[in-house]
Amino acid sequence: MRYGMAIDTRKCVGCSDCVVACQTENNVPIGYCRDWVVEVMAGTYPELEIEIRSERCNHCENSPCVRCCPTGASHLEQGGIVTVTHSECIGCGACIQSCPYDARYSHPDGYVDKCTFCLHRIQQGQGPACVAVCPTKCMYFGDLDDPNSEVSIALENRKFKVLAPEAGTRPQIYYLI
Amino acid sequence: MKEELFVSGRAIPNIDPYLNIWHWSIPVYLFLGGLAAGLLFFAGLYSILGKEKEMPTTVKWATFLAPAALVIGLLCLFIDLKHKLYFWQLYTTIRLQSPMSWGAWVLMLITPLSFLWAGSYVRELKPSWKWTFPLLNKVEVWVAAHRKGLAWAMVILSVILGIYTGILLSAFNARPLWNTSLLGPLFLVSGLSSGVATILWMSKNHAERVLLSKIDLILIGIELFLIIHLFMGFLASNAVQVEAAQLFLGGEFTVFFWVFVVILGLVFPAILEILELRGIKIPVVIPALMVLIGGLIFRFIMVEAGQITRYLY
Amino acid sequence: MANRREFIKISAMGAGTLALGAGISRYSMGSTFLDDLMAMGTTGKEKLHRYPTYCEVCFWKCAAWVYTDAEGKIMKVIGNEEDPHCNGRLCPRGTGGIGMYYDEDRLKKPLIRVEDNGKQTFREASWDEALDLVARKFKEIAAKYGPESIALFNHGSPGHHFAHLLKAFGSSNVVAPSYAQCRGPREVGFETTFGASVGAPEPTDIRDTRCLVLIGSHIGENMHNGQVQEMSDAIDRGATIITVDPRFSTAASKSKYWLPIKPATDLALLLSWIHVIINEELYDKDYIGKYAKDFDKLKAHVASMTPEWAYGITTLDPDLIRRTAREMAAAAPAAIIHPGRHVTWYGDDSQRSRAIAILNALLGSWGRRGGFYFKEAISVPEYPGPEYPKPAWSWKETLNGKYPLAGLSVSNTLIDASIPGPENQHRIHAWIVAGTNLPLTMPDKTTTLNAMEALDFMVVVDTMPMEITGYADVILPECTYFERYDDIRNEAHREPYIALRMPATEPLYDSKPSWWIAKQLAEKLGLGAFFPWKDYTEVLDWQLKGLGSSLEEMKKLGVKKFPRKKGDLYMVDGIEPVFETPSGKIELYSEHLASLGFDPIPVYTPHPEPPEGFYRLIYGRAPMHTFSRTANNPNLVDLMKENSVWVNPKVAGIWNLKKDQYVWLKNQDGVVSTFPIKVRITERIRWDSVYMVHGFGHHNKELKRAYGRGANDSELITRVATDPLMGGTGMRGNFITFITEDPGKEATS
Repeated sequence: MRYGMAIDTRKCVGCSDCVVACQTENNVPIGYCRDWVVEVMAGTYPELEIEIRSERCNHCENSPCVRCCPTGASHLEQGGIVTVTHSECIGCGACIQSCPYDARYSHPDGYVDKCTFCLHRIQQGQGPACVAVCPTKCMYFGDLDDPNSEVSIALENRKFKVLAPEAGTRPQIYYLI
Repeated sequence: MKEELFVSGRAIPNIDPYLNIWHWSIPVYLFLGGLAAGLLFFAGLYSILGKEKEMPTTVKWATFLAPAALVIGLLCLFIDLKHKLYFWQLYTTIRLQSPMSWGAWVLMLITPLSFLWAGSYVRELKPSWKWTFPLLNKVEVWVAAHRKGLAWAMVILSVILGIYTGILLSAFNARPLWNTSLLGPLFLVSGLSSGVATILWMSKNHAERVLLSKIDLILIGIELFLIIHLFMGFLASNAVQVEAAQLFLGGEFTVFFWVFVVILGLVFPAILEILELRGIKIPVVIPALMVLIGGLIFRFIMVEAGQITRYLY
Repeated sequence: MANRREFIKISAMGAGTLALGAGISRYSMGSTFLDDLMAMGTTGKEKLHRYPTYCEVCFWKCAAWVYTDAEGKIMKVIGNEEDPHCNGRLCPRGTGGIGMYYDEDRLKKPLIRVEDNGKQTFREASWDEALDLVARKFKEIAAKYGPESIALFNHGSPGHHFAHLLKAFGSSNVVAPSYAQCRGPREVGFETTFGASVGAPEPTDIRDTRCLVLIGSHIGENMHNGQVQEMSDAIDRGATIITVDPRFSTAASKSKYWLPIKPATDLALLLSWIHVIINEELYDKDYIGKYAKDFDKLKAHVASMTPEWAYGITTLDPDLIRRTAREMAAAAPAAIIHPGRHVTWYGDDSQRSRAIAILNALLGSWGRRGGFYFKEAISVPEYPGPEYPKPAWSWKETLNGKYPLAGLSVSNTLIDASIPGPENQHRIHAWIVAGTNLPLTMPDKTTTLNAMEALDFMVVVDTMPMEITGYADVILPECTYFERYDDIRNEAHREPYIALRMPATEPLYDSKPSWWIAKQLAEKLGLGAFFPWKDYTEVLDWQLKGLGSSLEEMKKLGVKKFPRKKGDLYMVDGIEPVFETPSGKIELYSEHLASLGFDPIPVYTPHPEPPEGFYRLIYGRAPMHTFSRTANNPNLVDLMKENSVWVNPKVAGIWNLKKDQYVWLKNQDGVVSTFPIKVRITERIRWDSVYMVHGFGHHNKELKRAYGRGANDSELITRVATDPLMGGTGMRGNFITFITEDPGKEATS
């Protein structure tokens, strides 16, 4: 079982609902965010193109953050979800240095925090809060190893890419382009 | 035109607009760690080679600085932690894939070792010395008896200490400036050089100083060689690393690095030491201090610049 | 030989050691992650209570569930799955709506304006004292000038309660700026063509459309929840989107065709599309033959309006105009020329909306799947009470014979009517303002300020210390939608739905729901008979029982669907559709308009262009904000704390502007923006215009997060082009230039 996400950049409008939904669901303090929206624009008027992406921790298969954690606080849960055990985290910041996606941050309470794919919701049979709230339904979440999950089906039918593949971390968030 | 921006107002403290979560305490620790490694390596080396008498400062007196450096370094590390109350979690596990874990354990071993080593020479320095706890007398005797074994331990541990600080940074492949296998050897050599410079500064024995000067020159030479290769490596590598190198080749760190670290921290002291070897009298404090300051500035620059370099945005 | 360079240089030790590293000396087994969550109190397993509500952040009114924890603390708001407005997914404003509840800058106690040592200030008062004062002043003013001289400016739910009160008092002067400052023209345009207004939510069948044409509409940045959701569905189904916009909006980036039109020339484009569709015989002959009249007049009218003609005006390639016309015709009747929402641009907006309506008629999309459906609402029974007294005059009289097609009251004329003058026969002497921030909403700020200056009395009901509160004589703090009951929502949709709003918690501070404020005021005005109940739950329960439901049921369901009674969702073969036009048919040529002296078929007229060194000010929305209402909401400010002015790189080059530089904007009448605005240099905006999001530049210091952030576009809108048909205030004829040095302007009124 390997959890992952497919995000359709064709449909995303950059409303940032995913950001605020995550904040209210996970008590993320104001000023911090576990996910964010990036807009990339290229061209010259009127030949223009925009790609809008909702980004978060990619829960990489080859996660450098899990590897470099000196206490093992940064670890893998079911389905390859990378989480941080607060009571084991010493706040050294090594994992923050090791993430090519700048997905982690130092929570004001001292430990390192980041997207958890809403593991607490998955255990209740729901998906992550960002996926559940997205008005354009451009995010798909599920088991990449299950060919019938919505994320597998999305990847089957569309071209996709990952962010910074050259970093070698094998991220599990795929952007449908 | 290309625009890349955060639509959702992301402005996380210490992460945006560029990573700056490690501040002064990390470079200070890296420097002190390297320094201690240098001091202990040569102490151990020359102890094994039986050159205690010829190199008294190296083997004995300079090592008094090592425990101080290590303790202050550890304090700096502790200050840097953001979840301080849980620091002890470091010692509940060994994670072989995490250089920081190695470092935690190496420090756990080498710090008491350095205390033991330095402590064992206190009586030589001050014959009327009395230990507060009688147990320590037994320890002193034990150390003297196992000097060779301890020296070997010191050599090995100090090499690990010196090199792991570089490996620690190079393991963060997300920071292009650090993602090079040259960083480990570079930090080791820099640490050894700092150690030698300190011993040189402290030593009153002329023959010892000549030998140390020669060693320092070799180390500086190796360091310059590694730095050149470092940049050659970056420029021959991928886009993000070329960009990282540009910080030093025209970017904001250019002057600081080439003037303070390379010229004033390496080349100039090397020249002064060559002149000293040729007979021209130069107060040893000048090249020694320059090497030390150069080493410190080098680590400050590497930590700050490394955090600025990134893959995305 | 090594192939690709592996970027993990050092730690590439393989998976085995990962397991080794994880296993050594780890004494705690199982997931300590959940232990952390337990400590934080959010395992997801603890029971959260939920209360139904509908969102008040914008007019879409999505039904939602408010979740509170065991202590009654509001945790989050999630959309009601059964509600077609949101389908279980709130937009960012709705999700961040809890910020409105937690905002510590909220109004907390009633405030009364007093003079203290020659300086005017507000002092706290009890509800009794404040309401007594309001009642006394109302009675005074009614005695002197008649109850009609009191007007209510409102937006959103609170208005309903005060409208009821005001009508009971004897005035029908209730106005919402959302008519004349926003959607009014399109209602007129569609009414004169189809005999039906568009209304809100718009009955656009986007989810089934094959071609969506957006004239300046920026769905995706404007967050009409249902429409954004349906546009996403349409994209999935391969629908074509055609966007006409001088700016590369988000919708434009998802469009098959983006027409980078020269601003103020949309009507020319519409007319030439009509020309192409008629001349290439691409229109729905059957539909037009059966339901429309005066086709020949329309054909003759557009005979010369070729794409080449339009090219000279719009700068759009004639070939592109033809291709897009053919594309929409090929998709017809599942094609939508979107009526837009905020259409008060250049003063001829009713006619432009009429052109849109006519084009829709030619495509046969009105009343067809993928075009416009026939929406239906269920009528909520009115709680029994006495009949309203008949007012001696109403807002219609204040029009002074102008704007004959205004179907609803016109806010700008009521503001004008508040200023004394020889032509002002029907003067407004007092205002109730509920839920609208007039200084940032209205163009031509000077007139609004003069009006407020001339008033005898003004009472403002609001949740936040918005700029309007600074002019009030009495400020009444309303509690947020999280803390109150309100009317049953019964907006028209594909099927009739109702939604309940109930409080999830007690009102914070000394704030009160509007129904309570209105009732208290009514008692003090001797109008208690119009509010013959003790608690609003009585009204709701009575109304719901009248609909076959009950308050108890609705508290559990949140929304309830009812069967359609007034005909089908679309036109059905065999059943003649009814068009409530004078002729009973779709009027491609409007005799009614002709008789009033207006163009019976829209005619393109050129509009003023920016002088040299000036750029047209275009404004719009951001999906994480609702006008000026959310600029202090902590959650939403976290997403976007200020607006920026979009400047084309060529223009930035001329003015030597740098990215993220702050500049002041000065308009053609010499008005300078109070606060500077950040520059965004982007290719997405045309070189003759600049763009900014509306709703920033707050100057009330009580709004601690919003004060001074960004610039206020409405203070720069001093030139208004009024629509002669219904009084809509066209606001896009203002031009700005840049000032890079601080002009030293004080943030006063």
